[in-house]
Parts: sequence; C-alpha cells; structure tokens
Amino acid sequence: MSDKPVPNPLAPVALNEAQTERLRRLYGEIRCLVCQNQSLADSAADLAVDLRHEVQLQIAQGSSDTQIKRWLVDRYGDFVLYRPPLQPSTALLWVGPFAALGAGALIWTIVQRRRKRAEAEVPGIGRGTAPSPSTGAPSPALASQANRLERARQLLSHPD
Amino acid sequence: MSTELGHLALALALLSGLCLAVFPALGVWRNDRRLMDMATPAAYWQLLLVALAFACLIENFVTHQFSNQLVANHSNRDLPLNYRVAASWGSHEGSMLLWILMLAGWTAAVAALSGNLPQGLRARVLSVLGAISIGFYLFALLTSNPFERAVPAPLNGRDLNPLLQDPGMVFHPPLLYMGYVGFAVAFAFAIAGLLEGRFDSAWARWVRPWTIVAWAFLSLGIGLGSFWAYYELGWGGWWFWDPVENASFMPWLTGTALIHSLAVTEKRGNFRSWTVLLAIMAFSLSLLGTFLVRSGVLTSVHAFATDPTRGVFILIFLCLVIGGSLSLYAARAHAVHAGLAYGLMSRESMLLANNILMVVAMLAVLLGTLYPLVLDSLGQGRISVGPPYFDAVFVPLMLPALLLMAVGPLARWRQTPVPALAHRMRWAFAASVTTGVLLPLTAPSDYKPATALGLIMALWVASGVVMAGLENMKSPSGPLDPLRLRLQPGAWWGMQLAHLGVAAFVAGVTLVSSYEVELERKLAPGEVLQVDRDLALRFAEARLIRGPNYDGVQVRFEILRAGEVVGELSPEKRRYAASRQVMTEAAIRRSLGGDLYVALGEAVGDAWAVRVQKKPAVNWIWIGVVMMGLGGFWAAADARYRRRVGAAAAVPSGSAEPLR
Amino acid sequence: MSRWIRASIPLAVFLLIAWFLLQGLHRNPREIPSPLIDRPAPLAALERLQNLEHHLASASQAVATASLQGSGLAPTGVAASPSVSDGIGTSAPSSSSPAALYAGKVWMLNVWGSWCSGCQLEHPLLNALAAERLLPIVGLAWKDSPAQARQWLDRLGNPYSLVLMDLDGKAAIDWGVYGAPETFVIDARGMVRFKHVGPLSDEVVRGQLRPLLARLGAS
Repeated sequence: MSDKPVPNPLAPVALNEAQTERLRRLYGEIRCLVCQNQSLADSAADLAVDLRHEVQLQIAQGSSDTQIKRWLVDRYGDFVLYRPPLQPSTALLWVGPFAALGAGALIWTIVQRRRKRAEAEVPGIGRGTAPSPSTGAPSPALASQANRLERARQLLSHPD
Repeated sequence: MSTELGHLALALALLSGLCLAVFPALGVWRNDRRLMDMATPAAYWQLLLVALAFACLIENFVTHQFSNQLVANHSNRDLPLNYRVAASWGSHEGSMLLWILMLAGWTAAVAALSGNLPQGLRARVLSVLGAISIGFYLFALLTSNPFERAVPAPLNGRDLNPLLQDPGMVFHPPLLYMGYVGFAVAFAFAIAGLLEGRFDSAWARWVRPWTIVAWAFLSLGIGLGSFWAYYELGWGGWWFWDPVENASFMPWLTGTALIHSLAVTEKRGNFRSWTVLLAIMAFSLSLLGTFLVRSGVLTSVHAFATDPTRGVFILIFLCLVIGGSLSLYAARAHAVHAGLAYGLMSRESMLLANNILMVVAMLAVLLGTLYPLVLDSLGQGRISVGPPYFDAVFVPLMLPALLLMAVGPLARWRQTPVPALAHRMRWAFAASVTTGVLLPLTAPSDYKPATALGLIMALWVASGVVMAGLENMKSPSGPLDPLRLRLQPGAWWGMQLAHLGVAAFVAGVTLVSSYEVELERKLAPGEVLQVDRDLALRFAEARLIRGPNYDGVQVRFEILRAGEVVGELSPEKRRYAASRQVMTEAAIRRSLGGDLYVALGEAVGDAWAVRVQKKPAVNWIWIGVVMMGLGGFWAAADARYRRRVGAAAAVPSGSAEPLR
Repeated sequence: MSRWIRASIPLAVFLLIAWFLLQGLHRNPREIPSPLIDRPAPLAALERLQNLEHHLASASQAVATASLQGSGLAPTGVAASPSVSDGIGTSAPSSSSPAALYAGKVWMLNVWGSWCSGCQLEHPLLNALAAERLLPIVGLAWKDSPAQARQWLDRLGNPYSLVLMDLDGKAAIDWGVYGAPETFVIDARGMVRFKHVGPLSDEVVRGQLRPLLARLGAS
C-alpha cells in the first residue's frame, strides 16, 4: 500500500493558443502545496495534477486570472500564490526594497555633500593631480598629510 | 577502522584549531613573537588532520563501508565510483566536513602566503580563522558527526538521491564552499583590523585578491548550480529564487559590493569602515545561508534533512560570530578616518553608488526570503514569496547598477566632469539604444518593451567595455594602437572580462525570457510535433534501458528542420533501484543560439506526454557567469598583489590611519 | 546622526533577524492554516459509497453495505437503512451534501484514502471516537477506488456514519485538502471551526478536540 492516490485520469481540456499562454503564466504564480517549493508548472504531485486541471477548466470557462487566483485563495489561503498579496501586512515587503533604494540615494547624496564641504574647506585637496600651494587657510597638518598622501599615491602608482 | 581514524583526526583537528585560536592571540596580548609564530604550524597541522579525516570519509564511501551510518544512508553497492566520492559531501554531515576542509585550506593558504604581513595583524587574522573553525568542529562533532557507526551494519545502502547522481554534484558544492569560506578571510582581516585599531594601506591591498578569488569561486558555484538545475530538474528553469538559492546569492551581492569597495580603499583610502562592514556582512551572510539550509526554517528542494537541535546550535554560533563582530564594529568603527577627498562625480562616487545598489538588492532578497517567516512569527498567517515578487523587485534595482557599469570604469578618480563623460559615451549610448530598440523587431513574436530595455542594458555595458578598450589604445601621438593594451594590468583585463560577462548574462536572460517557447503534447510513435515554423520533432522509437543502478525507458526523437533530419534527442525516464525514485532525464541540444529541450512526462499506453522547450540564447547566461569568474581570477592574479607589500611600508607613516 | 548609533544599526538589524530565526525554529513551514475556519463548509453533494457498487452486488456485498450503514449515527436528512439491505440502495439518494444533511448538528469530516499510510495510523482513534458516539463522523474517501475503500473499512473498521467518495479530487480541493489524513469539525450552523492536518493523535483529541466540542455543545 503506497502513499500514492489512485489515479483517475481527468479529461484533457482544450485550450487555444492565447489561453495556453495564460495558463503557463498562471502556473508559474501558483504554488504546489505538497512540494518543497515548486510551482504548479513543475510539480509532478497528484494534487498538482488536479489543480492544473481545475485551472484549465476555469480558463476554458472564461474566468479571469484574478477570479482563478481568488478561487484558489478561498480554499488554500494566500500561501498558494507566489506573488504575495498587496495588503497591510505585506506593505513592508512590497515597499521595503524601493524605500531602501530611496534611503540609499539619500545616503549617497549626504555622503557626497559632506565630501563637497570637505573639499571646499581644504582647497589643496581634491583638485588637480599635483598638490597646490595652499591658498586658503587649511591647517598645516592637513596640508602636509595631503602631500604625504600624494607622494604615497605616486609611489604606488600604476597606469589606472 | 578508518571510520574511527577519521573521527579521531577530526577531534585532533579541533585541538589544533584551539591552538590556532588561542596561542597567537596570547602572543599578541603579551607581545610574544614565539607565541604568535605558533599560528603557522597550528594552521598546517589543522589542514593535515582535516584532510586526513576527509580522506577517511571518502575511503568509507568508496569501499562501501556500510557500517558508517552516513555511507549506509547515502550510498549503494551499485553507485558508480565518481558519485560515491561526491556522495561524501551529498549529505548534511558530509558537506559540513567539506566546509571544515575548505576553511582549513584557506587558513593554511593565508598562513603560507602572509609572511610579509605585520606580525600582529597576521597573528590576529589566523587566530580569528581558528576561532571560526572551532565553532564548526564543535558543530560537526556534537551534532553532525560524519563518522557515526550504524549498528548493525546494513548489507547495502539507501543510495544517493538520484537527483544528485550527476557531474554537477562533483563540482557544485566544492566551488560554492570555496566561495562561502573564502569570505572568511576578508572577515578575519576585518576583525583583525578592528581589534588592532588600524587599517593600513597594506590592509586593503592584502585582502583584495583573496576576496576576489572567493567571489570568483562563488560566482562559478552559483552559475554551475543554475546550469545543473536547468538540465536536471526537467522544467527548463534556471533560477527559482528558492530560499537556498537566495542564501547563496546574498553573499554574492555583498561580495560584489566588497570587491568594488576594496578597490576604492586600496587606491584612495576611502570607504574603510564601509569596506570593513561589507567584509563582516559577506561572511555573515554565508553563515546565515548555512543556517537557512540546515535548520528547517524554510522549505526548499535544496534543503538538507532538518533537525531543530542543529538549528539551535547554528543560531547560537551565528549570534556569537555575527553579533560579536557587529558589536566590535559598532564599538570601533566610529573612529576610522576617511581617506582622500573626492568630488561629486568621480569614480569613487560611482563605486559608492554601486555599493549602495548591491546592498539594497541584497536587503531586498533577504526581506523576501525571510518575510514569510516574519509574518508567521507575528501570527499574521502564511504567505509565499516567490519568483513573481523577486523578479518584480530585483530587476528595477539592477537597472541603475547596469547603467553605472559602463560609465564607472571610464570615470576618473577624484573628479570626473560629467559633460566630458557624456560626450565620450555618446556613440555608445546611441548605438545601444538604437540597436536595442530595433533588434526585437526582427523577431517573429510580439514586440515587448522589456526586451528592448534588456538588450539596451546589455549593449550599453558591452559598449562600456569597448570604450574602455579604445580609450586605452590611444597613444600620445593620436592614432589607436591596440598593442598599448598590453600595458594594462591584470586587474584591468579582469574587470573588463567580468563586466563583459555581465553583458552576456543580461543578454541571455532577456532573450530567453522574451522568446522561449514551450509545448506540451502527447506523442505516439511516428507522430510529429511542430515546434515552430521550421523545427519539428518526430517520435522515432522507445526502448528499455538499463544503467548501473537504474532501469527505464528512453525515447528517441528525430529533430527535423524543414523536413530534413538534423539530429536526435533521447530523453529518459529512469527508475533507481535502491530508492525506487523515478527521475526524468531531459535531452538537450545545445548551441550558442539556443537550446532545444525535451523532457518526458507520463506514458499513456504507447504514447508519451512530451514537454518541448525552445530556449534562445540561454547558454549566454552561463557563459556570462563563467566570464565573470574568469575575470575575477585574472584580476586577482595581477602582479601588483604579488609584489612584496614591503614596498608599501616605505610609504610615510602618515598614510596609516590609527584609530586612536 | 551620531557615529555610535549609525555603527550600531547593523547589529540591531542582525538581532532582529536572529529573533525571527529563533521563532522559525519552533514552527513548521509546511503547515498551512485553513482559510475555511469560521467560514461556511462547502455544500457540494458527493457520491455515497454504497451506490457506486451496485454492479458488484452480491450477498457478501449486501452484508458489507448494511454494516457500513448500520454503524455510527444516522444522518438526519435521510431515511434509515431498509432500502440498502438489498445491496442496491435504490431509494437512498446516490449523492448527499453532508453540510445539508447534518445542518443543526456538530459533525466531523475525515479525509482519508486506502492508499494513505497516515490514515491507518489514526484509524483506531477514529473508531474509538465513533464508539463514544461523541459526534457523527463523515468519511471522505479522496481519490480512492470504491472497492479498495470498502475493503479497507472492512479490514480496519468503519467509524463513519456516512462515506462519501471524491473520485476526481474536486471536493477535496473545495475543502482545501492538501495531504491526507485531514480532519475538520463543523458546528451546528454549518461553519468550519477546526482543521487538523495529519493523523489525529491523543494529544490533539485531548488538548484541542474535546475542549472545542464542549464549547460547541456537541450532543
């Protein structure tokens, strides 16, 4: 006695090309619930076979993608969809990466501003390739450090 | 007998790891040179002992020692020799031993090649590496011993998972682990620097090649994993954003940021504390990956059989290592001085942007991977986060990075005027955009703007490489001289090759996603399936086959182009005797232009359900990754790194930035 | 922002992650909560077991059929067994909706199959529950053949007051079934109140089932 259900061959559903395209896309969005993280497209599990057949039937009957997904979620919960729903509990998930990008851009600008200010305060540093005689009033320590750094750079220099 | 020997060797290796962690650290504390020097023999003994342990494990597998529990669970009398060797790392326990072996290897390499490092730094680095090993030894010996005895010993084993009986298994884990573990070197250097309170200009110069090599290995490991999944799993996909795949991708993203950040730290002294943080993060993510794969917290095809005790152990280890290092960072990093100033638009600022983008991408992947766990812990139900989410989020994040990739190498350090840069890139820009927009028009299927965008980005990056080449061919007198490129160092060549690899990768992904075709039909012997306008498959014959440890059916298909037979494909369905698992072996006809991919479904009488896929340009994906890896190795082999770092010591002490 | 605070952000983020990872160690990522809880039970009618076997009717079959109908509590909406004793069951309806049949009562649905090893594990428990006459148990044979289902029940005992067949798996999908055995408890208003995936165990029965039934006032 195995754990495999008795196969009951389901009648194949006829679909046109556009429907088949939709079907394939939809399969990729639905999770096989008994597998270790596989989509409906890739799974060989019997439940997956049944669910694929159900989706095919619904497409043939004219249901929209949203209706089909809603139908599945009503029975299995949000877990069955690979695209997380847009709801308050997943706001952080969807907004997070883009908020991080925005924060990153902000950080970049702030760091750049600091550099610019440092550059403005110490004209000897950051312009041209040779250390220029200090025209402003940089501290002697900073200027000599700049000179040492320049010499270091030249010592270690290479074409790039 | 060899089982016990292996066990003993592992225990002794723990002792040597202890010596490695403790004595050099003591030496630093007491300023005792002899104690510090003990790091070298300790590192070498450690490698010797771990190698001995691993050799014992392999010997157990090869000679069918089913009294070893691991061999009993993962091997079989009929398993071919090469897979018996690979089976030694095909389980949780065995792969942990592989980790330990890699770590011992890298540690010994650092010990061997660091003669010219300052004593204190060297001692600290090796001590940190030793401390990390101790954690792994304890984990292996206490919870995941590969040398457990099976009493009574079975006559035959349960066989290696058929999915793993493949050349991929021979190379994928070792390459991957070389990458994961390699980041431990950068990590050790970061910790050593924080402990010492100084980050010499030598520090970045020293860390850089090690990190690039680790990154290159990781790239190849991930690429191979993707390639293997593509032909093994039978559904034609090459990346699924599975938690285990993400676990390898996150260190890779951080590693990419790290190698770029190191470039700035080495050459300009900037981004020091940022580089240190990235080094800590890269290895931390490697460790996090180890946790995710082995603790049962997330569901994945790739996950090892799980055990909550192991999960707790790794979590504690994680907290000690990552928590400890990040606490050290919080305490010490605030006083790291910045380096030379740079302008708003300069190579530094572009590399900073690259770093930020890589880290944001890593955070996005981390968020998506852990979010189901987070929601469930908070009692907010169970959701799935899969490819639709990651594709939607990751691709937009990568676009700015790709834009920068062409421009960054052309920008000058410290200051690069944007108008001049734009002017230099004008032809590249025009060519990329026009070609990218027009090329999809030649394809027979619908025009998708996403295709054009992907092609534009790939062409843009490629043209950046071309531009870099052209600009370096310019001789002082004016005309272009290709021979001038010989003046470029290995690092430059490596960079261009790697960036070109990215362009190939993006092109491959774009073309496959846009133009792949998939058909599923039932075919009876003699029937023909029309794949597209001029390509068809004919069911020639089905026959029974027998392999060393499996039997099954092979169906031979003839490939017809405009009616003429141009080749054949023979997918199989195998049943492995020991595990009674049924496996689909896809048949693939590969070419640079694309793959024809055929897999068998279920048999219905004489006929077979067949899945046929046409995948244009799919091999560019992996060619691109190989180029990235090779570029990395080339860059790391730059002669600069092999020059004695003693030369840098001649630099006036003002360039070393003490923390206090 | 002070450099101390900035430098401590990575540590804080890590500790947060570690806390969630710790929570994750206690959870099973394969368990899926049912969206049917506190919602109406599916109403679809399904084939009853005895009617599907009429072409195999024989004396022994008749006895088997009668025993199936005779055990457990009778459904309220259907006439009792006399018509079933001839093995053909012409007057009993060929399909029933359990939700309609048991409206006004607290009842249990158990999804099983003769192919399912976990179901064998929990079957003695179900037999014991049925003997207690705590509540009617409806069996849903999921993707099973009628002959094998019957044989299995003959061998291991039949705790079900009603056996329904789901030959094509549609009904199971309606109930959100993904792995047999699964057990549901439906209250008197027809709302699903409890779902358990996997074999029933003593702890589950003692710790969750009985208190729930007490709360729902099972007769």
